[in-house]
Amino acid sequence: MTDLTKLTIAQTLSGLKNKDFSAVELTNAYLKNMQNKRELNAYVLETPEIALKAAKIADKHYQTGTNHALEGIPVGIKDLFCTKSIRSTACSHILDDFVPCYESTVTQNLLNAGAVFLGKLNMDEFAMGGSNETSFYGPVINPWSKDEPLVAGGSSGGSAAAVAADMCAAATGTDTGGSIRQPAAFCGIVGIKPTYGRCSRWGIMAFASSLDQAGPMTKDVTDAALMLEVMAGYDQKDSTSTNIEVPHFAKVLGQDIKGLKVGIPREYRPEGLNKEISSLWDKAADILKARGAEIVEISLPHTKYALPVYYIIAPAEASSNLARYDGIRYGLRVNGEKLDDLYINTRTEGFGPEVKRRIMIGTYVLSAGYFDAYYLKAQKVRRLIKNDFEEAFKKCDVILTPTSPVSAFKIGDESMKQNPINMYLNDVFTVSVNLAGLPALSLPVGLDHNGLPLGFQLIGKAFDEETIFKAAYGLEQDVGFVRK
Amino acid sequence: MAIDNNMVKQVAFLARLKIEDSKLESTKEEFNKILNWVEQLSEVDTSNVEPLVSVHEGFVKARADEVTDGHIKDEILKNAPMQEFGYFAVPKVVE
Amino acid sequence: MTYTIKTAQNEWEIVCGLEIHCQIISKSKIFSGASTAFGDDANENVSFIDAGMPGMLPVLNKECVHQAVKTGLGLNAQINKYSVFSRKNYFYADQPNGYQITQYEYPIVGKGCVKIDLPDGKSKNIGITRIHIEQDAAKSIHDLNPKKSYIDFNRAGVGLMEIVTEPDFRSPDEAGAFLKKLRSIVRYLGTCDGNMDEGSMRCDASVSVRLKGEQGMRERAEIKNVNSVKFAMQAIENEAKRQIEIYEQGGTIEQQTRQFDQSTGQTKFLRLKEYADDYRYFPEPDLPPLLLDDEYIENIKKEMVELPDAKKERFIKQFGLTPYDAEILTESKETADFFEQAATGHDGKKVANWILGDFFANLNANKLSLDQSPVTPQMIGELVDLISRGVISGKIAKDVFVMMWKTRQSPSKIVEEKGLKQVTDTSAIEKIVDEVLASNPDNLKAYLDGKTNLFGWFVGQTMKASKGAANPSLVNELLKKKLG
Repeated sequence: MTDLTKLTIAQTLSGLKNKDFSAVELTNAYLKNMQNKRELNAYVLETPEIALKAAKIADKHYQTGTNHALEGIPVGIKDLFCTKSIRSTACSHILDDFVPCYESTVTQNLLNAGAVFLGKLNMDEFAMGGSNETSFYGPVINPWSKDEPLVAGGSSGGSAAAVAADMCAAATGTDTGGSIRQPAAFCGIVGIKPTYGRCSRWGIMAFASSLDQAGPMTKDVTDAALMLEVMAGYDQKDSTSTNIEVPHFAKVLGQDIKGLKVGIPREYRPEGLNKEISSLWDKAADILKARGAEIVEISLPHTKYALPVYYIIAPAEASSNLARYDGIRYGLRVNGEKLDDLYINTRTEGFGPEVKRRIMIGTYVLSAGYFDAYYLKAQKVRRLIKNDFEEAFKKCDVILTPTSPVSAFKIGDESMKQNPINMYLNDVFTVSVNLAGLPALSLPVGLDHNGLPLGFQLIGKAFDEETIFKAAYGLEQDVGFVRK
Repeated sequence: MAIDNNMVKQVAFLARLKIEDSKLESTKEEFNKILNWVEQLSEVDTSNVEPLVSVHEGFVKARADEVTDGHIKDEILKNAPMQEFGYFAVPKVVE
Repeated sequence: MTYTIKTAQNEWEIVCGLEIHCQIISKSKIFSGASTAFGDDANENVSFIDAGMPGMLPVLNKECVHQAVKTGLGLNAQINKYSVFSRKNYFYADQPNGYQITQYEYPIVGKGCVKIDLPDGKSKNIGITRIHIEQDAAKSIHDLNPKKSYIDFNRAGVGLMEIVTEPDFRSPDEAGAFLKKLRSIVRYLGTCDGNMDEGSMRCDASVSVRLKGEQGMRERAEIKNVNSVKFAMQAIENEAKRQIEIYEQGGTIEQQTRQFDQSTGQTKFLRLKEYADDYRYFPEPDLPPLLLDDEYIENIKKEMVELPDAKKERFIKQFGLTPYDAEILTESKETADFFEQAATGHDGKKVANWILGDFFANLNANKLSLDQSPVTPQMIGELVDLISRGVISGKIAKDVFVMMWKTRQSPSKIVEEKGLKQVTDTSAIEKIVDEVLASNPDNLKAYLDGKTNLFGWFVGQTMKASKGAANPSLVNELLKKKLG
């Protein structure tokens, strides 16, 4: 019998429909794989009973022909999503044993579609990090690691590793500055950050509210389309979610891309860009060109300011969003004599160093006397960055860029430990997209000299994920990337 | 705009975090490194640019005034580190 | 006469502005669907949003916007079509998110103006700086346990309007008059119940003093949460005196927050305005800006009821009331409506006298509210009519009123049943007059000898003999004739 965990969602669905195997068999196969690969540290909580119960219901639905879009598909959930009656911690000590009494809209959508939850996935604490090393539960090990353990990327490191190592058919991720795309690239899988407002943020622990978006992380482009269609949708409970119809994304897969204008931003190819990345970029462009796309050079002049803008706005919002973790109503409490002592003791012990660093920066840039110079300035430059994309999209339909300037690096990298900015620099290609609220999909295009995957992203116009899927599917067909 | 140890302490208090005295110096240096780095934004001319508040620049949709929630006291209190008589309990707040 | 505080050396002037928090009348909270009901068990009317649970998002309640606009119009204020929600960041046990959602730079209502009437008969315009909408905090209970405070989130998230005035008050009386006027206006509009003792209207006063004739403003103290009009006036006066004493002893005032102590009538120090008050306001990323159009505002204008000032003017004109009576009768909409129902078609000025006299006296003596009154407006109108038509005398009317109060019967019926009709038959009265004159020969002689002040005595005797039923003017007329 074939290894069920190697199948894509599309293949799995057809197997389930044909009764080649049952949802329970499928779930057991994944549960076994999860058990075998625990050393990757991808899951922070496994929920086999819940999974098997859901799988049994899925089998019943297949029997009665009442199966939904993702009936019986075993998925992993990033621990940033609140899941009803299942511990949800954002991989922070401060949310030890927090068990929500509510289900996030996105995960509810997945449940409604018949998905089977296998457990909660590791991540950087409160999604702050690019290597999954800030997790209270320790780093995730990239399944592509050879001699020494490599990072899976972050913040959705557990999600990326679990998908790459077949510990789930797909996973949810969230992306504030690259947190879906960068780990997807590091682990050789597909991940899409949809347009801001496409997926509801309700029930997802907020990091930076104006940037956060949930999205799927999958084995291939088709699966991403299938997952996103279920996850997305307008939600009255999220005032920033957009009331716009969710297209049938899978419909566009395989459609002709003849005449599609693919923009290559000049500013994303700085001096000293890794040669392997540079040549893979050309290769990807050539593939699209061979399929009839037109390659156009575009300019995104404010690109170099995207990182500083991001590292002002995201910490500012985070400093406020994380103020609710105060030891009063839920989570960790470290007592103190007075109320302020309780706050300080709880938060000092509950948050890890990177989270504290960002809360401090965020608090500072919002404080009286500094607000204009930092936060307001950043918001203005943010508009210029958004305007850059609007100008560029007058000349092209989709933009192709590398996802990350590097491939997976080793856990505990000294230069990044020494200077947090070195870690921040890894987000150079991803953050602009969040600042502009645009959709972008990362897919693996090749391997570097160490045999590690390199990903590229396709950035689309707001609410035009369809064009991204169309182009990404074409690219995927010809790039010949072999999954782990 | 370099900041000093005193400022680091003040910011930490505003955020209700404690920085050990032994770590004050290194925290300050790291803080300044990051602030120096983000200060490259001052190069950008933004004299006629409106700040971008929300990315799609739409307007808020309001809901009808109906009672649709509440009466879930047990669930509200379920994760409380300390609760008594149906209240959340904290050390005495004196003002 | 301008109000000043004179000391041995100087003459001082008060400079005071008010900030009034008014709980908005709405069924559900401003950002959640939990009830605003008062007095339920602790933490019953709380949603996950109100408790600041992870991943929860605010959704704006239409009604709160509507009520704020209505209030703005009632205060003759500019309605801002564009307004923005902001976060005010601070840690406190009754603040579940670590921030309050409020409006900062762009409030929903801008500058306005309220006319106040002063005891000396003069009136003055008080400038409204702004009104913004925001969420209320939870309530801490301190007296159940000596070592702990308990928190009830029922009030957390109830909509508030914060009404900010210009520093236009120069005396405690002015502030008192304003609070009464504001309370009356919001009650007329039905936007806030105005009950200061229940905390649905709370007042902060910011007070400074300066020498008479001095320009500019000195440092001020903010006095928090004063919960009655009387206390507000007392707080302002005593705080001003405290500051004057410090200045005259050569001291200085630091900007600070103080608390009113009801038992002493004095203010006491709470904290200095300092770095801890750095609220790090920034635009709320979970709520896009609020946009109102002309049509929306016009529709609310159509809903506007006649407000106290306009009603007062009309009553003076239409019913010939004195400004003083009109002021009292229009203070509450219920009283004004009661009066208007009673006065329509009858002698308004007399109706007003009855309402302000016997009617209010009886209500107060029996501790009844207007809607519990056994006497209806129709009864009062009818009673006044009976007097005007000469059916009963004013004196008898007082007895009829007492009977109306007891029996809830109409005055005509009482007069009919008890035979209280005035005797207007000239011959019947003449007979009584003759009897009175005949039985008092001494006084008659004295009168005829020139002691004309006995005339009144004869009137009294005649009325007495008729048991009060004789028409007094007829008695007068006949006596004059008989006595020459």
